[in-house]
Amino acid sequence: MSVTVRIPTILRTYTGGNAEVTGEGATLRDVLAKLDSDYPGIGGRILDESGKIRRFVNVYVGEEDVRFAQGLDTPAPEGTQISIIPAVAGG
Amino acid sequence: MSLDFGPATALSCRECGARYPLGPSFACVECFGPLETAYDFGDVKRSDIESGPASIWRYRSLLPVPADVASKPNMNPGWTPLVKAGNLGRALGIKSLYVKDDSANPTHSFKDRVVAIAVEAARNFGFHTLSCSSTGNLAGAVTAAAARAGLEACVFIPAGLEQAKIAMARIFGGKLVAIEGSYDEVNRFCSELIGDPMGDKWGFVNVNLRPYYAEGSKTLAYEIAEQLGWRLPEQIIIPIASGSQLTKIDKGFKELIKLGLVEDRPYKIFGAQALGCSPVSAAYKAGHDVVQPVKPDTIAKSLAIGNPADGPYVLDIARRTGGAVEDVTDAEIVAAIKLLATTEGIFAETAGGVTVGVLKKLVETGQLDPEAETVVLNTGDGLKTLDAVVADAQPTAVIRPSLDAFRATV
Repeated sequence: MSVTVRIPTILRTYTGGNAEVTGEGATLRDVLAKLDSDYPGIGGRILDESGKIRRFVNVYVGEEDVRFAQGLDTPAPEGTQISIIPAVAGG
Repeated sequence: MSLDFGPATALSCRECGARYPLGPSFACVECFGPLETAYDFGDVKRSDIESGPASIWRYRSLLPVPADVASKPNMNPGWTPLVKAGNLGRALGIKSLYVKDDSANPTHSFKDRVVAIAVEAARNFGFHTLSCSSTGNLAGAVTAAAARAGLEACVFIPAGLEQAKIAMARIFGGKLVAIEGSYDEVNRFCSELIGDPMGDKWGFVNVNLRPYYAEGSKTLAYEIAEQLGWRLPEQIIIPIASGSQLTKIDKGFKELIKLGLVEDRPYKIFGAQALGCSPVSAAYKAGHDVVQPVKPDTIAKSLAIGNPADGPYVLDIARRTGGAVEDVTDAEIVAAIKLLATTEGIFAETAGGVTVGVLKKLVETGQLDPEAETVVLNTGDGLKTLDAVVADAQPTAVIRPSLDAFRATV
């Protein structure tokens, strides 16, 4: 499925400065794999060596934090917006 | 641009140790880990501190601020009372108990401490607008500090916060934007705004200035130790929202030990949450290393962070120090607010009800040593969360002005 992926500032060096890119995949896992093949190295910033989402990254498919959904197996329907956001909290 | 951050030398990733120059960055490029300030303190003596002002700036040689910080337009928070709580101690069966009462700060919550540090960072980076995502206290602290520092302010809160907090955030000027969502969604929004041209030259105190901001909580540790006579408490109960305050108090104690300002003695750190938002407590009790996010539902709105970024660090610290993480119900929170008020004359907001409620529970469950010197934090004033006690906000009697009428009530 074709989706849009919002890229946080610290990863924009991988996407040539683009804040938003198109993505492709049936699940979040697929979308991230394709993202890494389009922008080599970006995958390793989002996923750790064991392939899990890094502790301090939040990934949203639509409005839902995927940790409340099916994690990397969360489906990515056509036209969805996926957001990758560094985790900060407090205030 | 020449920057003056006092003893701070660099930013360092808490997860992987990668180092970065001092700048408005908050996340590690390698692993997204949170960045914190690294220092070269040099030699700091008790007399250097004791000769400083009655505010957090007595500890400026341990903070990322210039040496002349006390002369700049700032709210000058801190040096709040450490109250010897004999009555509360007797009520709970604790021999030596102190309440660190941070309601005494300029905007009546501990947030003034962390904002003061962020203001200096914003000044260093030439930012013109202070901003934040807030559960209420921070918005007031930021807008007040912006007014004093002559900066603009635009702060973001979840819709539905207590009226007192909204009034406080509005009165100092600037923009107050309520977002239709939870605090976690407000946080996410701010993270996105930072990466957008609209957020350029904005200092989000708890996002892109977070590595500086967070250091302000160390001053709680420093003050408690100094006020106890340059001695660490044996046990301390700290509320958990993001978990940052608890981790920075631990950091502050460790710095004091390393600098030789206090004797190296063990201390136990206990974290306190509301049952309705207790992801860290749940993880602690289940023996987990990771914290599963929750959707908060509690009257303790200032602690209602469902996805606490420092959660895993809190677990490490509670376990390492031999403390624990506990939680209490909303009813127990209200009862604790009343207990603290009636025994010690301190009116705590719901977060203070959480810590005192957890203190009571820790004693009752045998997790806390009643013979050991204990400090419990009250991080905000009860006037900010009047909703929690509004049922009692009535006179105990309404009478005509006659002695007979009064006699009838006795």
